This record gives sequence, structure tokens and C-alpha cells, in this order.
Amino acid sequence: MTHEIERDTVPSRWPSGLPLPPDEDLAALHTTLARRAQDDGLLDVAYRTVDAPLGPLLLAATPAGLVRVAFEVQDHERVLEELAARVSPRVLRAPARLEDVARELDEYFAGRRRTFDVPVDLRLLAGFRHVVVEHLADIGYGRTTSYAAVAAAAGSPRAVRAVGTACALNPVPIVLPCHRVVRSDGAPGQYAGGAAAKVALLELEQRVGP
Amino acid sequence: MVEPFEHAVARHGATVLRVCRAVAGRTDGEDAWSETFLAALRAWPDLEPGTNVEAWLVTIAHRKAIDVLRARARRAVPVGDVPEGARPLVGRVEDGRDLDLWQAVAALPTKQRHCVALHHLGGLPYDEIAALVGGSAAAARRAGADGIAALRRIYGTTEGEHA
Repeated sequence: MTHEIERDTVPSRWPSGLPLPPDEDLAALHTTLARRAQDDGLLDVAYRTVDAPLGPLLLAATPAGLVRVAFEVQDHERVLEELAARVSPRVLRAPARLEDVARELDEYFAGRRRTFDVPVDLRLLAGFRHVVVEHLADIGYGRTTSYAAVAAAAGSPRAVRAVGTACALNPVPIVLPCHRVVRSDGAPGQYAGGAAAKVALLELEQRVGP
Repeated sequence: MVEPFEHAVARHGATVLRVCRAVAGRTDGEDAWSETFLAALRAWPDLEPGTNVEAWLVTIAHRKAIDVLRARARRAVPVGDVPEGARPLVGRVEDGRDLDLWQAVAALPTKQRHCVALHHLGGLPYDEIAALVGGSAAAARRAGADGIAALRRIYGTTEGEHA
């Protein structure tokens, strides 16, 4: 896990000469804590990481749905801090809530899935950006469209630059496919996960076929 | 606090578990650990920035460990059931490796056990410990030192204390 915090192994005031308190395995206790936090309605943001062909992805969900997908280049630790500040500091590593998303992403990368069925929580976006990102789901698998066409579909044909910004700020890339929005001259354009990741996703979809 | 709660679990989970086990015993200590972090998760958004999170958690852990012990005492059948904390330590060991540390700590008198848990395992200063266990800071310091001395006798060590 890239964002694992170091833990202490020896208490600072433990006297020499006495056996060290055993270094306990806390994994099982952490799992129980995550389950009980969920049962008590305290798990405001659950997260986990998954290994993807593009590198590790951070997945985070509120009780309403998937709220964030982040590439490694976006700095997972910084993303968690942003979620704490903007959604709730009750952020806990809790893989159970993200099992469906993780499975669907696996299937997507294996070329066995073209659309995602998981609920999405777009609370991190407001106004026009929210509208644009919602429209991304209409761009079919294996197809691409231009920033200008998305602007027109969102009802603001002149807001091409704003569409670019909205795509860059898409909180759930891959699941809402901002990678299918490319420049009018056909060049892939920028991507939150890096230009190479965008090309890789488009190539995957080309290979599998629309 | 606006920091992700996961940081508190990752940084202080091991310390909290040691305090819980020293006060409540190995198994009940695990229940106390869960209760501690659930209570902390509930209170986390309202915790003042700049709070010493470890000391805050250790204080909650101490209270939860006592709660778990009390709940067990209420459930316990009054005849023939010795609470874990009061179980006498059978014999001494020549070579401490065979002796479970939590068993040795459990055999200490209550105040010594709590002071060792809070100071030597939890890192709290004695004036704060006095507020939790009652009495003066000096008495808490003495109980902690007596507790460590007793553990040294059990493990047959005599080296000086570092901290």
C-alpha cells in the first residue's frame, strides 16, 4: 500500500531488559473496525487500492456511491486528505464497500466489460462541471468524441475550455469515461492519469472493439 | 480534525492495542481496541486540530478497557470465575521467553498495572495519569516504578530503565 503510515514498534518508554511487547498483527482488528463503522453509519468515506495495468488505483466511496478514482500520479495520500477536507474526515481503509467497483474494473481491463453499473456520487463537482461529467456516460465504449461535441451536448456549445477543465477534474475517471473525449484534431489531449494512460485506455477499447 | 481517520489507526493502532491488553487482558483487550477506535471515529470530526492524538486515544483506550472488564464482571457467574486481571501468576520463569507478557502484566496489582499500561506502553506523563487513576502524580509514578520492578523480578532482569 503506497500510503501506509509507519507504525511504532517499540513504545518510547518501555524499559530495557524487559521483553518487548509483542508486535501484534492488527489486520483482523482493522477489518472488524471497518465493519462496525459501516454498521454504525460512521463510515463516511471507505477506500482501498487495486492493482491495475495502469498502476495502482485508489478507489473511494461514500454510502451514496463511488466518489473518487485516482491514479498513482495524482498522489493517493493527497487525494485522501482532499476527501477528508471536502467530504468527511471519517475516512477508513475498508475494502468491502468497493468490492463491486474493483470487480468491474478487473473485468473492464480484461476486455470483458464495456459499461459500469456501480452507483456514482458526484458531490465533488458542482454546476456545469457536474453536468459535463454526467454526460460522459453517453459516450459509448470504443468511441471518441471532441471537447466541442461534449460542450454542445451539455447545452453550452461555446464552453469548450470549460469542458476540458471539467474532464480534468472528473473525480471518477475510467468509470465515467473522460478518456473518450479527445481534441478536434484527433490528438488524445491531456488526462489526469497522464497522456500515456489515456492512449492505453483508448487502445484497449479499440482492441476489444465497440 | 480534518486529517483522514485512517492515519490515526495506522499510527497509533499498535500502542492502543498494548494499552488495552495490559489493562483488560489479551482477548478483552481486543474488544476494548474496537470500542476505542469506534468512539474515536465518532468524535474525530469535532476533535480540535493540534490535539495530541496518541494521548487522546490512550485515554479513551483506558476507559474502554475498564468498561470491557466491568461488563465481563457483570456477566460473570459469581462462583469459580477469576477475572483475568486478578489471575495469579503461576510460578516464575527462569527464561522469560516462555512467559506471555500480558499474563505477567495481568498479575500486577491493579494500580501498578494501569500505571505501567498508561505510562510505559501508552506514553502518558504521570500528571495526566494521576487524573485518570486517582491520587497524586508522585503516587502514580511510584506505582509505575513498582510495576516495572515486579516485572523485572518475574523476568529476572536488573538493567536500568531508559526513559
